[in-house]
This record gives sequence, C-alpha cells and structure tokens, in this order.
Amino acid sequence: MSADYILETQHLTKAFRGFTAVDGVNLQIVRGSIHALIGPNGAGKTTVFNLLTKFLPVTSGRIVYNGHDITSEAPAQIARRGVIRSFQISAVFPHLTVMENVRVALQRKLGTSFHFWKSDASLAHLNDRAMQLLGEVDLESFADTETVSLPYGRKRALEIATTLAVDPELMLLDEPTQGMGHEDVGRVVELIRKVSANRTVLMVEHNMSVVANLCNTITVLARGSVLAEGPYAEVSKNAQVLEAYVGSSEMEAL
Amino acid sequence: MDKRTKILYGALLLVALAAPFVGGYPIFLMKVLCFALFACAFNLLIGFTGLLSFGHAMFFGSAAYFCGHAAKAWGLTPELAVVLGTLGAAIMGYFVGWLAVRRQGIYFAMVTLALSQMVYFICVQAPFTGAEDGLQSVPRGKLLGLISLRDDTAMYYFVLAVFLFGFYVIYRTIHSPFGQVLKSIRENEPRALSLGYDVDKYKLLAFVISAGLAGMAGALKALSLGLASLTDVSWQMSGEVVLMTLLGGMGTILGPFLGAATIITMQNYLSGFGSWVTVIMGITFVVCVLAFRRGIVGEIAYRLKAK
Ligand SMILES: Nc1ncnc2c1ncn2[C@@H]1O[C@H](COP(=O)(O)OP(=O)(O)O)[C@@H](O)[C@H]1O
Ligand SMILES: [Mg+2]
Repeated sequence: MSADYILETQHLTKAFRGFTAVDGVNLQIVRGSIHALIGPNGAGKTTVFNLLTKFLPVTSGRIVYNGHDITSEAPAQIARRGVIRSFQISAVFPHLTVMENVRVALQRKLGTSFHFWKSDASLAHLNDRAMQLLGEVDLESFADTETVSLPYGRKRALEIATTLAVDPELMLLDEPTQGMGHEDVGRVVELIRKVSANRTVLMVEHNMSVVANLCNTITVLARGSVLAEGPYAEVSKNAQVLEAYVGSSEMEAL
Repeated sequence: MDKRTKILYGALLLVALAAPFVGGYPIFLMKVLCFALFACAFNLLIGFTGLLSFGHAMFFGSAAYFCGHAAKAWGLTPELAVVLGTLGAAIMGYFVGWLAVRRQGIYFAMVTLALSQMVYFICVQAPFTGAEDGLQSVPRGKLLGLISLRDDTAMYYFVLAVFLFGFYVIYRTIHSPFGQVLKSIRENEPRALSLGYDVDKYKLLAFVISAGLAGMAGALKALSLGLASLTDVSWQMSGEVVLMTLLGGMGTILGPFLGAATIITMQNYLSGFGSWVTVIMGITFVVCVLAFRRGIVGEIAYRLKAK
C-alpha cells in the first residue's frame, strides 16, 4: 500500500555552474507528518527549499504536490497552493507593526490586494483574526510595536504566526530555532507541535534534541544527496551518517 | 488619519488657497506644485515600494510634450490635454515597468535610466517636440471650453485642483490594501513572494500609477509655464526628482512636497549665480544628507516619535 504523500520529488537536481548542490534527491513527505531535513552545513538543505518553492529554477527532476506536477510553476503560484516557507534568516516586515505583519498575510485571500482606490480601513475586520494568531505565539501585547524592535526569538515567533495566517497545508521551516536561547527553543518546539496538528511540516533543523522529540521521519542530506532516511532512532545509529558529521559541531548531539 | 494630521493638512490647504493673495507669485507657486506632484509620484516607488527609478523624467517630459502638442496643435481644452498627458505617461510606464520590474536594485535603476535616455534621443529627433527650442507658447486655453486660464491666478487654482487630485490618489494608494502589499514588498520582497503575492505585478501597477502621476505633473508644467523642452526629459531632471525626494524625506507623505518646494525656491533665488547654482545645490544636498539622513520631514517625524 502506498502512503499518502503530500509532496514528492523525483531526482531533484540543482547545478550551479557545474557545481551540483542538490543531486538526484527523492523525497516523500507523508501527509500530516513532521519531516526533518538534516545534514552538515552546505549539504544543500536550503537549496532544496529554494527548489520546492521555486525561488530557484530546477535543473532537472520533478516536484509533485498533491498529485500536481508543480515543477514549472511560479513561486507565488506555489504559495497559493498552500506551500509556505520560512527563511533561514528571519523574515519579517521590519517597519510594519507586528499586527500588520500578520494582517498582510491574511489580506491575500480577500482578493482586494490590487485595490489601490480602497481605504485600508477595509482591512480592519481582519484585526480580530490577526490578534488571535498573535495570541497563539504570545505576541498580543506587542501588536502595535514596530517589528524591528522585537527581540530575535519573538521575530521568529511572529514569522510562524504570519505563515499560519495564510493557513498553509505544507509548512517549510528553515532552521526555526537557529540562534535562539534555550527557553525560546522550547517555546518554538511546542508551537510547531501545536500547529502541525492539521498540516504537514518539513523542517531543516540543526538542534538534534528538537529533531528527536518532534519529527516522525528524518532525511539526512550530505553533499546534495540523500544519505539516509528513517525515524530518529534508526538514523542516529547509521554509520554513514555519523561519518558525515565527523568534525562538525552537531556530532555530540547525535 | 489622526487629528493632528488632519489639522496639518487643513492648514496647508488654507495656505495653498490663500497663497496668491498674500504675495505668492502664481507662476512660482505653480512650478512648486508641479514639481511637488512629480516628487510625490516618484516617492510612491522609492519610498513605498523600494524601487529606485532613475528615469522618471521620461514620464514627466513626455507628458509635457503630449499635453503641449495637444493644446497647441489640436486645440484641446486644458483638462483634456492634462488627461492625455497622464494617460500617455501611464501607458509608457506600463511598457517601461514591464521591462524594469523583473530586475533588482541597481539593475532596475539602470534599465530605467537607459530607457529614459532612449526617450530623450527620440525627443531630440521627433518632429513635434521642436528639438532644441522645445514647444513654446503652449496655450492654456479655456477650462471645459468656458473659463479662460490666461490669468495666472485662475491657472494657479486649476493647477492646485489637479495637484490635490493627484496627491489624493497617492495618499489613497499608500493607505489601501494595495499599499499594504507594496510596503511589505519594500520591507522584504522574498517574504511577500513566499506568502503568495506576485510581487512583479504589484510593482508594475505601482510603476504605472507613479508614471501616470509624474506625467500629470509634467502636463501641468507645460500648461502653466507654456513650455515643454528637452530639459524636462533629461537625466538631470530624473536626478532632480531623486534629490527633492531624498531631501524632503522618502517614504514620508509630505517630504517630497517640502523637498520640491525647497529646491525650486533655491533655484529661484540663486538664479543670479549662473552655473554656480548646481554647485551650491550639490553642497546643500550633501550637508542635508549628512545632517539628517532621513530627510527633513523624516527627521522631524523621527524626533517627534522618539519623544
Ligand atoms: N545561489 C547559489 N549560487 C551558487 N552556489 C550556491 C547558491 N546557493 C547555494 N549554493 C551552494 O550550494 C551548496 C548548498 O548550500 P545550502 O543549500 O545553502 O546548504 P545548507 O542549507 O544545507 O547549509 C553550498 O555549497 C552553497 O555554496
Ligand atoms: Mg541552510
């Protein structure tokens, strides 16, 4: 019996001027799972995200989402299908307020986003929903703050709230806990667990304890190719995986 | 709009309405309004979308020719000549924007500059621009075919009305659902894209609106000064509008207005210094940028907020 895959890639490949950053990757993401993509720095994880969301053109291979071949679609089109990514560096709108950050995401589905003759008061009815989303990430009290002045961990939380605002079916999170203090990490992990209840998450993560306690399946990437795949218990004992990580700081974590 | 802003706009409107009666030279005032509209239109791109166009004179200047030609050769009434200039510039904006918005940062600026140079050379060659002489003594005509605008004061109120309309369009655009998306693109384009916004389409619409309004300013200028010339399409003019906007404060609503007024005033009072004007303005600009890099209005707003 074949499992229900929300996303599949077939021989996904990306070459930059002769250097193959992603090399024949076959991914299968089970609907409703939390799937981790790990690997040493430079393994090609971010590039895979860029390919899946078409921020970079694919060199060869196919991407199938919900049964549709999306290999040749544009980034905005893929986003509207429900695949929403975050970025390795924090991706907020710094000089909008915290509330506006979320609202600009909510506003897309109104279909009035080209209406330059309308007052933005017509967006006010989205404020309640925006506050609700901010509540989910404990940011209500910052609603009117200019985002640039938020501490780092809060910005990342805001990013998740913004992503949730477009109600994605598949969330791609690129190192959501990177650069965070211990407490913030715990908070983000709980948040991801909570929001993954009715959606699928594919995440790049370096913190192995996060991966161990959150993810169902792990794909290990090294030099652009899949090295191993399976549940944490299996992958963490794989000799090749251990070898790939030799000398890197994540070694002890495994 | 909060109460303080409303009071400020109300006061400014009163000043504008009373200006010709309290010693303002109508010609000078009209010139200020035309360039203020030009700078405000330009600011919609740089200040609210994050796009630096270095060729906006092509819209300003071409519309001046369109409008001047329509009024002079075809005898169109002034309001129709302005509409024609505006539409002409907007259509040009569509094609230029279509080519330019796919490029990022400095490449965007270079594409706009290159295309505006092309437009400049077309204007040098084209039969209806009057080449070096320009289109002179463009008639102001009769508003709606009824009211003569020959009198400078009457013309001033016509210019003021059109200016207010253009300013309102910009204000509305900035404070609209569309404006929210523009700001998000300015703030973080990849993020806006990843949320499902076709950023190129939003940038293109912003470009067309900005080009159209820059054209409206150019058309008004041709009518009020009775002249459309190569200066209006030159790269120096494109540079001047950048300067006005930066000086006043890009991304603020009133900044470009103030920047334009400051520069036009300086040009007026310094005209006795001949070619030294450019040097004096350059120095002023450098000093301003060093002293308050947010521009005049930007700096005031920042200080008020910090309190
Ligand atoms: N736009 C690009 N142009 C050229 N090389 C790139 C580009 N993006 C990534 N690379 C290269 O591809 C490899 C994989 O990078 P990346 O996907 O960022 O790794 P990871 O996210 O796993 O750390 C690196 O060697 C990187 O230098
Ligand atoms: Mg990466």
